Amino acid sequence: MANVKDTASHLGETLWDVIVVGGGNAALCAAITAAEAGARVLILEGAPKAYRGGNSRHTRNFRCMHRGPLSVLTGSYEEDEYFHDLMLVTKGKTDEGLARFAIRSSEECLPWMEAHGVRFQPSLSGTLSLSRTNAFFLGGGKALVNAYYNTATDLGVTIVYEAQVKHVHLEGDRFTHVEVSVAGAPQQSIRGRSVVLSSGGFQSDIEWLTRAWGPAAANFLIRGTPYNRGVVLRDMLDQDCESVGDPTQCHAVAIDGRAPKFDGGIVTRLDCVPFSIVVNRDGDRFYNEGEDVWPKRYAIWGRLVAAQPGQEGFSIIDSKSIDLFMPSVFPPVKADTVEELGVKLGLDGAKLKQTVETFNAACRPGEFRPMELDGVATEGLTPAKTNWARPIDKPPYYGYQLRPGVTFTYLGLKVSQDARVHTLRGPLANVWAAGEIMAGSILGQGYLAGFGMTIGTVFGRIAGREAASRVS
Amino acid sequence: MSLNLATLDTASLAEEARRQIEICNACRYCEGFCSVFPAMTRQKSFADGDLTHLANLCHNCRGCYYSCQYTEPHEFDLNLPAALAEVRQDSWERFVGPAPVARTFQQNGMVLMLSMVAGIGVLFWLIASLRPTSGEGFYAFLSHNAMVALFAPAFLLPLAAVAVGLVRYWREVGAGRLAIRHVVGACAQVANMRNLGGGQGQGCNFEVEDRYSNARRYFHQAVMYGFLLCFAATSVATILHYVFGWQAPYGLLTPPKLLGVPGGILLVVGTIGLAWLKTKADKKLGAVRAWGGEMAFIALLGFVAASGLALYAATGSHLVSPMLAVHLGAVLTFFLLLPYTKMVHGFFRLAALLAEETKKKTA
Ligand SMILES: Cc1cc2nc3c(=O)[nH]c(=O)nc-3n(C[C@H](O)[C@H](O)[C@H](O)COP(=O)(O)OP(=O)(O)OC[C@H]3O[C@@H](n4cnc5c(N)ncnc54)[C@H](O)[C@@H]3O)c2cc1C
Ligand code: SF4
Ligand code: SF4
Repeated sequence: MANVKDTASHLGETLWDVIVVGGGNAALCAAITAAEAGARVLILEGAPKAYRGGNSRHTRNFRCMHRGPLSVLTGSYEEDEYFHDLMLVTKGKTDEGLARFAIRSSEECLPWMEAHGVRFQPSLSGTLSLSRTNAFFLGGGKALVNAYYNTATDLGVTIVYEAQVKHVHLEGDRFTHVEVSVAGAPQQSIRGRSVVLSSGGFQSDIEWLTRAWGPAAANFLIRGTPYNRGVVLRDMLDQDCESVGDPTQCHAVAIDGRAPKFDGGIVTRLDCVPFSIVVNRDGDRFYNEGEDVWPKRYAIWGRLVAAQPGQEGFSIIDSKSIDLFMPSVFPPVKADTVEELGVKLGLDGAKLKQTVETFNAACRPGEFRPMELDGVATEGLTPAKTNWARPIDKPPYYGYQLRPGVTFTYLGLKVSQDARVHTLRGPLANVWAAGEIMAGSILGQGYLAGFGMTIGTVFGRIAGREAASRVS
Repeated sequence: MSLNLATLDTASLAEEARRQIEICNACRYCEGFCSVFPAMTRQKSFADGDLTHLANLCHNCRGCYYSCQYTEPHEFDLNLPAALAEVRQDSWERFVGPAPVARTFQQNGMVLMLSMVAGIGVLFWLIASLRPTSGEGFYAFLSHNAMVALFAPAFLLPLAAVAVGLVRYWREVGAGRLAIRHVVGACAQVANMRNLGGGQGQGCNFEVEDRYSNARRYFHQAVMYGFLLCFAATSVATILHYVFGWQAPYGLLTPPKLLGVPGGILLVVGTIGLAWLKTKADKKLGAVRAWGGEMAFIALLGFVAASGLALYAATGSHLVSPMLAVHLGAVLTFFLLLPYTKMVHGFFRLAALLAEETKKKTA
């Protein structure tokens, strides 16, 4: 793209009011807010236009507090319940002040989003349980991202794609310029009065991931964009910025093993586990598949599979269960006998047969109720299956290979309530952070569906407002 | 697209659409845009007939392309509007045969335009050789009986071909028994072109890419209502002629003209608008091979309307005879080729909505 480089060569001539690093939800909310406050804004998006929008383009909804029916949201979802839900998943690893602030602010986000082009739709089929708490984007996250890019363009924001920020230059406690390479061209300096960092986590830097997690991480699949490599995060940490969140951890779920290495997104998820038995590549079961309803358990299966040899698992069901979960993106492997299924999956067929038979023998009669904890459990089996334990005996049999799919990493920049970035020596004068790059402050562990976009929207808007206000 | 859809046969087109639909069915982010997605989520696997049905429910608004996170260069290579457009196009060509004839006119705008010229030529010749000795208005140039002898079969035979196609369609998609409520439900959706509204009235993603616009919906409404008004004008005139013995020419304040003149104007405005939008939209999100044929069809329809208005304006002048030949020639072409042009989409679209109503209720 010659014209990308063309426009890029003039960028250094301007002293920008606000430079926004990244081009996802948090970046766009910041850029739009700053532009509306009258600032001259530059967005540096590392990805090419076709892949703009980072992980935000893969999202489907955001979690929103509301005291009564609001837009597509039914009933009410008040601060305390929202906070309670957050405490459950993070096991208390959250900054209560910041979390409550984000929750309270989410209510005014929804009308703001609508006013800036985002459209909502009632919760998607198969996700009724979220219709009260989560507002779904019409067309998903990419439609949201498109709407924001259009709004930003109309506001006169300058947008540069393929703009990889390599370094954020600080002098003392002040930001002066960024070093950026546009479309592979040599690095250039672009000066700004303030900067908003919204370049996501580091999960796409597999090397970093393996240093943090261990060699097994080389086999992980990355559910989102390949462009979130944590370059800016690393650069800021190297400049003594305060960090937050466990540097060794990432949020991982079990996804279809055939998914692409990057960017497989939502469709690679598999919801069959509770109705299946899951074995490792040796053909052995390793965890209670029926511990709880799937929305409460899917996040632990990433870790469980990651701990198995080769970082793979195999979910085995029979034809009784094939229609009980959302369709998978790739058709399951199918066979008329368990043994044959095992062979097709690359397992020892006889061993799989034996595991299934042992499991079947431990099943007890009971009323199978797929939508709730039905207590239909195995007896005398280790590990037990404590719900939905029906014998796997009705051909054809189906199998899916599972692998860990990383959603995001927890390590981030510590910020205060005004989204300001801090170093060990104190706050920086003109550097703000929003979105996944600072989410560790609130989501120290676990994940609450739809909260990532809430954090990005709330703190993106604050960062944009604060950054613009330092200029005038 | 990595696959060259234009060169594929029915089975491969269905296969590609199936691949994409299965991805969508695991995603469902686009559920709110149109009738295709709710219909899709009823199933987990898709027979060829299901794909034909989904394809005919799609009206190429492109919302699901611009909001898809899996479009090229992503390896999933989603382009659902194009995949469905190809299956849809192919289905019309299969259902309303003979297929080679259908394919020729559907794909080839030049052939369509030449046919129009030929049609006009035929009318000049007819008028020159069959000129009646008496008669008023148009009938001074071509007798009423000659017109009926020419246009009744030219109208009814093509409609019969379309009817056969619709029956084949109905069978292939496995639609249920039709009831009054299904008809009411489908017609309500056609009346305001609900599905061109993008689900929330924000419109399509047609000529301004990822921005929404209602331009296509409004121009298309102008065409549809313009066409219906013109059709009503002709029907009313037929009734006046046969039942009341009131013969053309009709003055401006008579029912045929009160219907026909606004209808003609709407058609002209609508077709110019649609053609203009088509030049701005991305060809690759439709059936690429049919683009020329579609454009020529819009031109033909617009020309029919414009020449009709011109003919009316020429009343009493020496231009009536040539204008009559031009207009009737275009009309003749329009009717004769109706089964093999984009015009069939109207019939199939209504049939798809009806079929969907029957499926919805029985599901
Ligand atoms: C499959 C999937 C589904 C999800 N679904 C949901 C959901 O439904 N709801 C929800 O709330 N959350 C969801 N999440 C989490 C959500 O995606 C994130 O919390 C959110 O998108 C973070 O927004 P962000 O703007 O901080 O980061 P991103 O949207 O990831 O944006 C980061 C941006 O920074 C750019 N960038 C990175 N490095 C550089 C650099 N060096 N220079 C310049 N630019 C750079 C990237 O190109 C990208 O544009 C999902 C995540 C995944 C992977
Ligand atoms: S077009 Fe893309 S975003 Fe829309 S439902 Fe299909 S896969 Fe999902
Ligand atoms: S192009 Fe429009 S009508 Fe067709 S499937 Fe996509 S969203 Fe539906």
